[in-house]
Amino acid sequence: MTHFRYEILRTLRNRIFYAITLALPLVLYYSVASGQRHDNFDGVSFPLYFMTAMAVYGAMYAVVAPGSRIARDRSRGWIRQLRITPLRARTDFTAKVAAAYMLALPTLALLYLAGASLGVRLGAAQWLELTGLLVAGLVPFVVMGFILGYLVPVDALAAALGGVVVLFALLGGVFGFQLATSGPLFDVLKDLPSYWLVQAGKATFGGGGWPLQAWIVIAVWTAVLIPAAALTYRRATSQA
Amino acid sequence: MSLASGDWRHYKANAAARDARFMTAATDIGPGIVLSGLTKSYGPVRAVRCLDLVIAPGETVALLGPNGAGKTTTIDMMLGLTRPDEGTVSIFGAPPATAVRDGYVGAMLQTGSPLEHLKVREIVRMMASYYPHPLAVEEVLRVTGAAGFAGRWTTKLSGGQAQRVRFAAALAGDPDLLLLDEPTAGIDVEGRRDFWQAMRAVTERGKTVVFATHYLEEADAYADRIVLIARGEIVADGPASQIKAQARVRTIRATLPGVDVNALRVLPGVRSAQRHGDAIVLTCTDADAALFALLAAFPSARDMEVTGGSLEEAFLELTAADADASRQTTRAAR
Repeated sequence: MTHFRYEILRTLRNRIFYAITLALPLVLYYSVASGQRHDNFDGVSFPLYFMTAMAVYGAMYAVVAPGSRIARDRSRGWIRQLRITPLRARTDFTAKVAAAYMLALPTLALLYLAGASLGVRLGAAQWLELTGLLVAGLVPFVVMGFILGYLVPVDALAAALGGVVVLFALLGGVFGFQLATSGPLFDVLKDLPSYWLVQAGKATFGGGGWPLQAWIVIAVWTAVLIPAAALTYRRATSQA
Repeated sequence: MSLASGDWRHYKANAAARDARFMTAATDIGPGIVLSGLTKSYGPVRAVRCLDLVIAPGETVALLGPNGAGKTTTIDMMLGLTRPDEGTVSIFGAPPATAVRDGYVGAMLQTGSPLEHLKVREIVRMMASYYPHPLAVEEVLRVTGAAGFAGRWTTKLSGGQAQRVRFAAALAGDPDLLLLDEPTAGIDVEGRRDFWQAMRAVTERGKTVVFATHYLEEADAYADRIVLIARGEIVADGPASQIKAQARVRTIRATLPGVDVNALRVLPGVRSAQRHGDAIVLTCTDADAALFALLAAFPSARDMEVTGGSLEEAFLELTAADADASRQTTRAAR
């Protein structure tokens, strides 16, 4: 419990990072969506589409953030120091995941408020459902943060995390346009977790939630990434 | 509620295990730490070779050796951070991973600077929270001399302060075994003395301490026992006085004007010779033979004085002798 508290504290004390993670999607949202508040896009109103997209964008940055802490702890030799205490790796992971979501949830809340200010109207149950879908869909990105944190040298990490987030965001349609809406490329895009994250707004608004395919995509990505994370963790801690 | 009672049970189980351990130690002198046949290679480099070592509970042992002797590899294997190629480590009767998990071990690694975005007191509190029966945070800060800057950010510390914080972090859980890998590397003389004073206060509580160092004075002054390591092997093991004796290095001083130093060097039992004006200093591996030879060759020698060697001379003698031996073995093998 103390460990969890300090994980949160260390995240919040990284003020510049925290401020940017909260503010950037918000600024992007207003600057793009306020001019197109009456447009429709991908079958829903543009403010709803882009609210979900920017919430996903900010939350992706938030949930890969433990990666940067892991890399810095690693470069300071702290990962090895932790391994020789009774702290279980599982407790450490749980605390880091919890801290990641603690950072992501305010981002979502801010974007919801921004969306509502531009006319997005959802029922209470729908807001909750949307949040639930986003929380589930972010799981692969949490794991990606861990992998990069254990794998990439600390001075290259910001670029690696930013690159992964931007790439998945672009392919998922976060930036307000989709690279394809049919054909083989579209089939590839639909295998990405970020595509379904962005679709969460539409799925909630239209009712019925995600199709089965979305859950399969999220589950497969998670199932593949977790063993990779375990491997990089073991490699990072056993090296002399 | 269930969590609280679970913690309590865990604590009781631990306390019982500790009592059992101390009883074993008292009755059968059950060894605290046993390394047997420990071997580790990195590629062609044999870092540690078939190392056997038994450390009793409460002992303070120095692993003394030059850089690259295998001290860090040995400590990493004792912590379970490095897996030995062969051999086993037992910490209070358990494998390292179990001993670490149960909170019996605290360590200062060579690497490991304190975490950022935390204050000194917070990092000690965090470390303490991982252990089943930690010390009071304020006490740890006081004993380690970190109380004066407990409210400071960990990134704003001097080298000496950071070292105290690492010491405090290792001590916070009140572990029975402290493993310190070159704990005073890069610290000035005063800082080192303060560190060892704090260490003394800690060892008085009956902790087992193993520290690696290449500072002879540290090993001599603070360890009950010195384990001298060179090229991954133990070359001597015992109290400092015994190691000095084992090396059998003696120094002969005499007044002998106008002598050729090279003539002194070739005398039997002499390893090296120096002349300072009229005074000569012979470092001897066999002082008796050297003294007879010196008198036979130079009857004019006066003011003769034979002294026991310093630990430094013993250190050089033992690690060098090992080098010669291993070189000869290599040659013989070819």
